[in-house]
Amino acid sequence: MEKWQDNKAWFLILPATIIVAFSAIIPLMTVVNYSIQDIFGPGEAVYVGMEWFRDMLGNYRLHDALWRQFLFSGLVLLIEIPLGVLIALAMPKRGWGVSACLVTLALPLVIPWNVIGTIWIIFTRPDIGLFGVGINSLNLLSVPFDHTAKPLYAWITLLAMEVWHWTPLVALLAYAGLRSIPEAYYQAAKIDGASKWATFFYIQLPKMRGVLTIAVLLRWMDSFLIYAEPFALTGGGPGNSTTFLSIYLVKLATMQFDLGPAAAFSLIYFLIVLLFSFIFYQALLNVGRGEKT
Amino acid sequence: MKIQKKTIALSIYFILLILPIYWMLNMSLRTNADILANFALYPADITFKNYIKIFTDPTWYSGYINAMIYVCMNTVMSLAFALPAAYAFSRYKFLGDGQMFFWFLTNRMAPPAVFLLPYLQLYSTINLMDTCLAVALAHCLFNVPLAIWILEGFMSGIPKEIDETAFIDGYSFPRFFVTIFIPLIRAGVGVTAFFCFMFSWVELLFARTLTITDAKPITATMTRTISATGLDWGLLAAAGVLTIVPGALVIWFVRNYLAKGFALGRV
Amino acid sequence: MARIELNEISHSYRRKPKSDADFAIKRIHHIWESGGAYALLGPSGCGKTTMLNIISGLLNPTKGRVLYDGKDVTNLPPEKRNIAQVFQFPVLYDTMSVFNNLAFPLRNRGLSGSDVNRRVHEVAEILDLSPFLNKRAEGLAADAKQKISLGRGLVRSDVAAILFDEPLTVIDPHLKWNLRRKLKEIHEQLNLTFIYVTHDQVEALTFADNVMVMYEGEIVQVGSPQDLFENPEHTFVGYFIGSPGMNLLECTLEGNVANFNGVSITLDEETAAKGLKTKGKLELGIRPMNVEICADAVDGSLPAKVNTVEDQGSYKIVTMSLAGKTVRAKLPEDRSVPGDQVWLVFPPKCTRLFADGRLVK
Repeated sequence: MEKWQDNKAWFLILPATIIVAFSAIIPLMTVVNYSIQDIFGPGEAVYVGMEWFRDMLGNYRLHDALWRQFLFSGLVLLIEIPLGVLIALAMPKRGWGVSACLVTLALPLVIPWNVIGTIWIIFTRPDIGLFGVGINSLNLLSVPFDHTAKPLYAWITLLAMEVWHWTPLVALLAYAGLRSIPEAYYQAAKIDGASKWATFFYIQLPKMRGVLTIAVLLRWMDSFLIYAEPFALTGGGPGNSTTFLSIYLVKLATMQFDLGPAAAFSLIYFLIVLLFSFIFYQALLNVGRGEKT
Repeated sequence: MKIQKKTIALSIYFILLILPIYWMLNMSLRTNADILANFALYPADITFKNYIKIFTDPTWYSGYINAMIYVCMNTVMSLAFALPAAYAFSRYKFLGDGQMFFWFLTNRMAPPAVFLLPYLQLYSTINLMDTCLAVALAHCLFNVPLAIWILEGFMSGIPKEIDETAFIDGYSFPRFFVTIFIPLIRAGVGVTAFFCFMFSWVELLFARTLTITDAKPITATMTRTISATGLDWGLLAAAGVLTIVPGALVIWFVRNYLAKGFALGRV
Repeated sequence: MARIELNEISHSYRRKPKSDADFAIKRIHHIWESGGAYALLGPSGCGKTTMLNIISGLLNPTKGRVLYDGKDVTNLPPEKRNIAQVFQFPVLYDTMSVFNNLAFPLRNRGLSGSDVNRRVHEVAEILDLSPFLNKRAEGLAADAKQKISLGRGLVRSDVAAILFDEPLTVIDPHLKWNLRRKLKEIHEQLNLTFIYVTHDQVEALTFADNVMVMYEGEIVQVGSPQDLFENPEHTFVGYFIGSPGMNLLECTLEGNVANFNGVSITLDEETAAKGLKTKGKLELGIRPMNVEICADAVDGSLPAKVNTVEDQGSYKIVTMSLAGKTVRAKLPEDRSVPGDQVWLVFPPKCTRLFADGRLVK
């Protein structure tokens, strides 16, 4: 719609701006402050310029965490998006089944993130977990299953947990996208003699463009920032094999108390996220534009 | 009645979905000794001891109360701040509007880990450490932008001719907003409240960092239990089950709005 | 093309319909001859789209049979019936070019590449779409998109009938006329059976040779546009067709005089005689253009007060009160209204009598 031009609208966004700025800008300034100093003790700080940044950018552990992160987020998308779409396609269109499906799907989304980790620990432990006991009883693995026994097991458990946790979000978004397609398209496809596959490829998928864009970008961003679930499940281990970016940062900041490097890392991390947000924003605008024609 | 392939596949998926939750429920109804000694698919001797412990021990149940408090505070706050802002983005063009919207969005995407130490310092300095208000405020970082985003979507679906008509009819802006506009977007308000509740309830990092004892939420209490030796699985499981209950209730109540809310394609 | 027959069709959207009101279609029993241009006219909710979907096979009727050329197709799905349907808004395959959109139904039926090519070009030519064949369908204007929707139906040379469900709804007014004309041209050129559903009487009356008026799930009258205008068989037809619609006045009958609120109107003898034999609520009907307005009282005239006069350009609409009821008259632009108080004459041969909505005859 044609919007009214009026700078007084700033008064309306002022409260929100203040509260978010309070939570965002002030802390960030603190971070910037730390990132350019070396603090020996209270009141004893030395300006070191870009030293911490150079350190962190060359830090191999950071590189490792970054690659792990990309791998993890990539796998997450690869599994969750197609799976979510398939679930949405299989869900009923009307009747009591719709509510039942929606409620069940939404359940994993409202569980506190560390409880998710707890659930999966309990589920996969080789002594008391259904999955752990089950898979070990099949005697197929050379190393008995325990989610902390091998990096591979840790990754598999982590991915299973992540997919279990967030696929419902993709499914719900995809379902909403599907439901918004007018019946006439399906009718026309029937009349044209289109196969189920053609109906999916030429009608459903294109019309889900908007919601799928949002799903992809949201899942990428959120998996990129992930902390609580892997921390609760593996604590970052075994070794460093599941230490993703946020986990590494928190370790740096709280356990090693290297405020300078941690701050520099924070800013680098944040800049990467900003870059992705920008891409997100542009993609959203494009989709919005596309849908208006 | 024909049972289609896709119904079977969907049912299998839902069973897999419920399975881990069921397993935790299973654990929660047994004592720790029982769990460690016998592996069983369902609790043979159902006991509510774990739940009773949680309901009677202040360290445990206060965790739930604290969490409920800051989540509700945050939901109300986020809605209060976001509603006028969303209205501005929906109806007005102003200097820097695109940039401001983008800036809000980046805060939704901000890595909480980055804010850990700064928040510790900030909230200590203003004497709000270990209060529910601190956590509610901290959660505004990502919930207010989210609320603005969702609400703006719903508001854009209401033609601004309605606003114009109300102003011509002599409504003041506050009266129009409260008595006419908000009822029109109540589905959007419901959806937004649901998501604010959800993202605040599930968050761990800020909730753990900003609280020590007084305002410690249940999520943080549970993580503390993990680092201690002698893990009581039954107790832990019961605590876990109880954290799902509020969420499940909220989903049940907004289930009709869920579909509509997602239909706008914004989360 | 095919001869389409609806045999004792009735349909309810409820699983267990209890009363008449539960039926979207109460009873339809009708034959459409092959090659005709038919319009289905009626207000929203009267069952037109339901009927169209029953003809095309998108809906299975609760009762009755559908026959194409004598063959029972009631249980055949749409793709087997070889029907084409154009919807209210353009339904296209957004990601495909115009060419691929038109080729889609043919490719699904397994036609060879060269056949598809030839056929698509033929149809594009007819619809003036040839210059757009390689463009993406998504970027075209609404009227071009509707032509593509139509084209997907025309492209199948053995198509039984083409069904239109209010296809001009999203088209800009100045383009509507063009598209309507194009549709009529195509019909004359290809001689296919066209069934056109609309709630707009202008569309129906200009497009079709034969119009079916539907009301509350039933066919109320079938006939040529002229027939429907001059000889409405139902009060709804009288009211719906014509602008403004027929004046309908509740009355009682005494001899050959219709009475209401102290006013008497003489009917012609035949009508009056039949009216006396019928039971039910009686209504008098006269078209606004047949109401005669006189400046002074004449024999048999009735006094009326003028409320408003709307000048519509080539004619005027005069709204009057006659014994407490509203009566409208249509005057040519050169006639003037002789003041606030006028006298009306209802010529008996133009005055009709309806009982319970149906024409008395």
